[in-house]
This record gives sequence, C-alpha cells and structure tokens, in this order.
Amino acid sequence: MNVSDAISNATIDAFREQILNAAQNNAQLSIEGGGTKSWYGNPNRFTKLDTRTYSGILEYQPEELVITACAGTPLKDIEAALKEKNQALPFEPPHFGEQATFGGAIAAGLAGPGRISAGNFRDFVLGARILDGKGQDLSFGGKVMKNVAGYDVSRLLPGSMGTLSLLLEASVKVLPKPAATATLRCQISQEKALRVLNEWAGQPLPLSASCWIGNASGEGELSIRLAGAAAAVKSALPLINSLVMASEVDPQSAEAFWNDLREHQLAAFGMLAGDQTLYRLALPAACGKIDIPHAEDELVLEWHGQQRWIKAPGNEATFTAIKNIASSHGGHATRFKQGANLDPAFQRFTLLSEQAHSKALETVQERLRFAFDPAGVFATKRLP
Amino acid sequence: MAKMVAMNMVIPPPDIAAISALQAKLVSALRPILPEYALLWEPEDTIPYECDGLAAYRRMPLAVALPETEEQVAQILKICFEMQIPVVPRGSGTGLSGGAMPISQGLVLSLAKLKKILSIDPFTRTAVVQPGVRNLAISEAVSHLGLYYAPDPSSQIACSIGGNVNENSGGVHCLKYGLTLHNVLRVRGILMNGDIVEFGSLAPDSPGLDLLAIVMGSEGMLAVVTEVTVKLVAKPKLARVIMASFDDIEKGGNAVAAIIAAGIIPAGLEMMDKATTRAVEEFVHAGYDLDATAILLCESDGTPEEVAEEIERMTKVLEESGASGIQISKDESERLKFWSGRKNAFPAAGRLAPDYYCMDGTIPRRHIATLLKRIAGMEEKYGLGCLNVFHAGDGNMHPLILFNGADQDEWHRAEEFGTEILEACVELGGTITGEHGVGIEKINSMCIQFGEGERETFWGVKSAFDPDKLLNPDKAIPTLNRCAEYGRMRISGGKLPHPELERF
Repeated sequence: MNVSDAISNATIDAFREQILNAAQNNAQLSIEGGGTKSWYGNPNRFTKLDTRTYSGILEYQPEELVITACAGTPLKDIEAALKEKNQALPFEPPHFGEQATFGGAIAAGLAGPGRISAGNFRDFVLGARILDGKGQDLSFGGKVMKNVAGYDVSRLLPGSMGTLSLLLEASVKVLPKPAATATLRCQISQEKALRVLNEWAGQPLPLSASCWIGNASGEGELSIRLAGAAAAVKSALPLINSLVMASEVDPQSAEAFWNDLREHQLAAFGMLAGDQTLYRLALPAACGKIDIPHAEDELVLEWHGQQRWIKAPGNEATFTAIKNIASSHGGHATRFKQGANLDPAFQRFTLLSEQAHSKALETVQERLRFAFDPAGVFATKRLP
Repeated sequence: MAKMVAMNMVIPPPDIAAISALQAKLVSALRPILPEYALLWEPEDTIPYECDGLAAYRRMPLAVALPETEEQVAQILKICFEMQIPVVPRGSGTGLSGGAMPISQGLVLSLAKLKKILSIDPFTRTAVVQPGVRNLAISEAVSHLGLYYAPDPSSQIACSIGGNVNENSGGVHCLKYGLTLHNVLRVRGILMNGDIVEFGSLAPDSPGLDLLAIVMGSEGMLAVVTEVTVKLVAKPKLARVIMASFDDIEKGGNAVAAIIAAGIIPAGLEMMDKATTRAVEEFVHAGYDLDATAILLCESDGTPEEVAEEIERMTKVLEESGASGIQISKDESERLKFWSGRKNAFPAAGRLAPDYYCMDGTIPRRHIATLLKRIAGMEEKYGLGCLNVFHAGDGNMHPLILFNGADQDEWHRAEEFGTEILEACVELGGTITGEHGVGIEKINSMCIQFGEGERETFWGVKSAFDPDKLLNPDKAIPTLNRCAEYGRMRISGGKLPHPELERF
C-alpha cells in the first residue's frame, strides 16, 4: 500500500466512523462538499459530513472517455483536466460557486444548457463507490460504457441530494469537445421560439442549446448554440437563418453568455427580493407558452422550453398554483431558490404523492432508502 | 441468437401432484379475466415458452398468460400476488441470458399481445408504444417523418421494446446514440401488487429519486412494463462506412483508442477477427480482406458535409495506426455489403460448428488486444475454437465459442471457457455483461463481479419494489447461498453450475 492509499483509507475510515456514530445515536448527517448549493433543497441543521477531505482524480484516460474521481474533488479541477485533453462534461453541470465539488454536482444532479442535446448527469454516470448507512464500502457499475450486471444503482445517485448514501467516488463518461460551435441570436416571440426549436430538433441539425429570455407578454430574444463537426455547423447556419432573422454572436461573448446562463449570472436572474422565489419548471416539449400569475420579467426558457425559470412571490398559494400549472402539462415545479424573508420550512419540491401516477412510488422510494440506510443517517429530507 | 441444440428432456418436477394442484388453482383463478385463447397450461401449448433465446436453459411453467390489455396485466399480477405465485414476464423471447426462463411453480406473463403503437408525435419527437411492439417496428412507423428510434440491438427485427427496457439493450450505434436508457423518457408499469405507476415523464426530470434509471435493465424483476414513451431522433441524411484491415490485433485495438482520442465518436465502431472474417466471407461474399488479422468497421453519419469531414479524419487516424488496407463505402449498397458480414456473424458461426456460445463481457477499450490474446490461449486450453466479433467502440466483446452440444464434454468445456472469459473481463476492469443481461446464465458470475454487500443491496432494491420476491425472482441477482455454493464449486472445480438443470 502506498502513502496515498493509506491516506484515503484513513479518510474513508473517518467517514465510516462518523456514519456509524450517527446511526448509533439516531442522528442524521448532512453531506456537504463546497457548500455552493447549500441553499438548494429543503434545509436542515444536522451535523455536516464534509466530503472535501476525499479529493483527487483517480483515473482519467481520454481514449476511454471516462474520468474517475473522488467526491470531494473540485469540479473545476475535473473540468480543467478534461479541457486539457479537449474533452468535457457535455451536460455542463452548474457550479454556483468556486468551491463546487464533483460529488456535490452529482448529488444535485443539475445540468446546464447542453442538457437538451447531451442528456443529464445520470445519463453519464457509469459507476460509483459509496458508503451506505451501515458504513459498508460498496461499488456499483464500472468504468465501461455498457454494463448491465446487477441493478444500475450508481445512476440512482444523481439528484438524490445525499439522501441515499455517501458518494465516495464516481466514474463518469465524458465526450470530446465539439470541433466547432456557433451562437445565433434573434428577436422572436416565445410562441414562435418554442415552435421553431422543436421543429429544428426533429431535423438533423447540430442544435446543442437554446435560451429564450423575454417578458410575460411573450416578447423576447432567442439564443441558439450549434455545435458539432465544422461542416455541420456551417451548413446549418443558412437553414436556421431562413426561418428566423438571426445574427451570429462573436465567440467570446457567446461563451460568456452560455456560461452565465449555466451559472445563473445573467441579468435576467437578477437579485431575488426577500419574499420572492425563483421557480424551476420542468416541462414536456409539447408545452407551449404558459402564464404564471404575478411572474416577474424576465422569464428564462432553456432546453427548448423544457426548463423554465420564473421569479414570482414565494408564498404557498403561488407555489401551489405553479405546481398545478406544471402538472397539468405533465411536468413538475421546484422552489429552486427562495428569498431571505420566506419560511425556510416551505417544501421545495413537488411530492410523489401529489401526482396520481407516482403515488404508489412513495412507498417504493421509502423502502429503497431503507435498503441503503436502515438507521436513517442520511434521512435529511433535503429531497423528499 | 445463441443457437443451441434443442433438448427434449424436461426436468421431472419435484412433486407432480402438488404442482398439478397449484396449476389447477392458478388456471381457475385466471380464467375469468382472460379469453380462453389467452391462457395456456397444456404442455403442448406451453412448450414454446420453456426457454428464451438461450435454449440450453429450459423449464416448463405452470401456465402462460397472454393478456391483451393493461387492466388484464394488473389483474393477473394481483391474483398471483394474492396466491404468492412467482411471475416471469416475457417479451419476444429473444433474450440471450435466459432472463425469461420459466419458474416451475410460476406463471409466464407474455406481453407479446400488447403490441400497439399508441401515438406518434413528430413535433415532440416521441412515440408511445406498448411493450410488445418490436424495436424495428417503431423506426418503420416513423420513417416517413424523417425520424427513427436509435437503439438497434442485432435482434431488432424480433425483439420487443418492453424487453429492451428490461435489458437496457444497446446495439451497433449506441456509442453515439446511447442505450435504451438514453432513449426512453417514460415507462408505465405495474408493480407486483397490481399498483399502476409511471417512471420518468415527458419532462426532462421527475420528482423524487430517479427510479426510471433503476427500472432500466432490471430484467423483469421490479415492475411489469405496460407502456413506453421513446425518444425519436432525426434520421441522418447519409451514412458511410470505412472498412480497415490490420495485420495485427494490437494495431487494430490501438486504432480504436486512437479514433476516440482524436475526438471522434463514430456512429458505429465494430471489429472482427480473422476467424470471423473467413467464416462470414464464405457466407455473405462481401469481399473481405481474408489476410487481415482484424477488420475494423467505422461508420460516420450526419449531413453529407459532416460525413465527408469525419471520414477524412477517421481515414487519417486509421492510416496513422498502421491499417494495411482501407476501403470507404461508395454508396448505400456498398455500405450494407460491408456491414453484411458483421450482421451475419452469428449465422456464419452456426455453419462452423453445431453450436456456439455467445459471451457479452465488456472491458476498457485499451485492453481489447490483451483480452483477444488471452482468448487465443483459452482456445488451446479448452480445445475449442472461438470467433471474436464485437462492439469495439464500447469495448463490448462477443466471443462466440464453437462447440458440439451433442458432446457433453464439449459443452462442459465451452461453459468453462465462457466463465474464464468473463473472469478475465472483470479482472481487466470490465463487466460480465454489456448488453445481454445476467438472467440465469451469468448468475454465478455475479458472485465474482460483486461482493456480498453489493448483492445484499441489490436484494434491498428488489424488495423495495417487490417485497415478497415474486417477480422473476430467480434471475440476475444470486442469493448468498448460491454464491457460497459457487465458491466451493469453483475451488473443487469440474462440476457444472446449475446442477438442477438438465443439459445436452
């Protein structure tokens, strides 16, 4: 055993001890990396389990298209290592701060602009090593692209928000960066934007991301990103332009724009007033323009309209109304971030029991969590 | 499909009288909810269901139900739940790992009659289909819209989407277009207790834990699929394939890595060894280079401009990797000709030996040459030939072990050979199955790939969906006892796994 193995074993032993102690005392642990997304999900005051002591890239071979790293590794280190080999996480997970970790990004399961073309975080997870609620050191999945041995447990972790087990390491598929990209921008109504985006998505075009920003009455600006082989991007430009009057954005401002969108740094996200909430709506492609009562300008629509960001009053009545609108279209809504004056105890998510077709899954989910964590060490309710 | 000698011997059930009584009870409970033709229990009717695509493993069920509606499926499950009778869901029966092998005291629940395409929406690029719809039928139904369903397992003419969901099936194009997991938005299913639920949705995500991810590839053990919403993608305008010859396996393996390292994700990246090339050439006359040690097929698809660019880049990488010959398909018919050998590798293998055993291990790409060399050593050790044809781009190997099933000793050696290949895959950092599933066939190898803690967690997952362990309970996840027994057997050596099963 070399020195670094000894250090990582000691770190894992310390995690295990913390878990077993908590289990013995019927206590809960709130897993945290850099704390950049601590505002996301239902808050708690439980003791923290800091993952940052377990950090480092364990294996990265560009020709395998897989990176394996410890949960506490800074996300920016992962991205820097990939960038050096001209690769990337194509779903562009948001950092929301310098200190964001790999494990935190997986636990949050969020994705950025590239999600609509590349898929979400779970699509890219190939394997995971965890400590379960009994302190067992377990490995699921692997480092290969195709693996159907046993249930795909590692793909349960993205978006589980630390409520299932402690993630130690994960292997994630990566992709080469596209050979060429171009960003186009045009003034267009929300209705037309949603229509053309879906039409383009059904054609062999290298459409990689979209963002419409505008007011509640439906006037706004659409940005689209094309990415792929140089020839594909070049040949798509006139096709797009024949439908909308778009102009190309210079590469530098384009990159800044998509990055600011991913990190919620665009002016449209602005400051959140004390009694306001930033709602996230996840909607089917078929959902057209929807009207949210008391929504504030500007609205941000990503993923061809399948992810919408809306600022509105944070009270229960508004959330209920928004949830109802989302579910009537086959989607769901989240209180993504709420203002300082609102009750922290407000439920941030749509519950399984609030949807007829997922009611019976509430019991399944409960039993599933029990299988990983019988003592409820990770039962922080951060994700209900 | 793993062609194997038909075996007419059926294991004598432990207690015939008890089984007949149970059968009578089950049949009379199911009769009121199913039309007469949709419930089979006479041996001459149920015999076609005694195995799936892995014909070496067979068993007769108590009965076979062929419901035509979701409501009937729910009722059947409720009845079996109340009677505590195990249920084995079945799609088209093309599976290669025995995942649909019946349970002697259980029901086979065939979803084959639920075969309607319920809706197609070109605007949102989705289709809602019943589980018995054939994989290829989806692409055929949306072809006129310029769309298709991307995952294309070799059995796509026959295999059903419900089976694809349960196996998380891949195919030749999954390197670029993903597995079933990446192409299904929503699965409607029924839990063992009869509760109807939906996993995933048409929205990009759903509340709670991502249960759709765990249902994918769950081999019919968590829920019975009754409806699937698939993603449709735009048909590429053009596809062309490069056929490259290598005089050395190592060079071929390295070429695969070099293409990926160059930032190219080909639409397909397949490899055949010399033995396969010779076998298929005799069968399809595609003009393959018979002197090549390995042949690599690299496909590019997209717009004509895109394809031209990618073909040029790939050709350059292949030349730099030391390809001894390169041919690029000039038109669609030549493309299909180049592919014909790859697609016919299995039937061609069937001409070389009475039987073959198809393995499915997956390894990191960089170890392709290592594994192939080890397999060559095993051919000598076991005195059996082996064809290597595989999804090189994903490191998913399909060694076809050739043997004569009429010879008990050869079948025994073939099995040992297969097990050793799987052990090598795990040792090289891979997995025992990339796309065919564990089923009954690789259940012992699960003891090698996973430790006790992981297997216990799998059982926990199973119990979360099906606490009484009634849904396909003898597949995919070995019990503690089974692994303990297997461990002893491996040590003593020489004994067959599955002593309860009859072999040829």
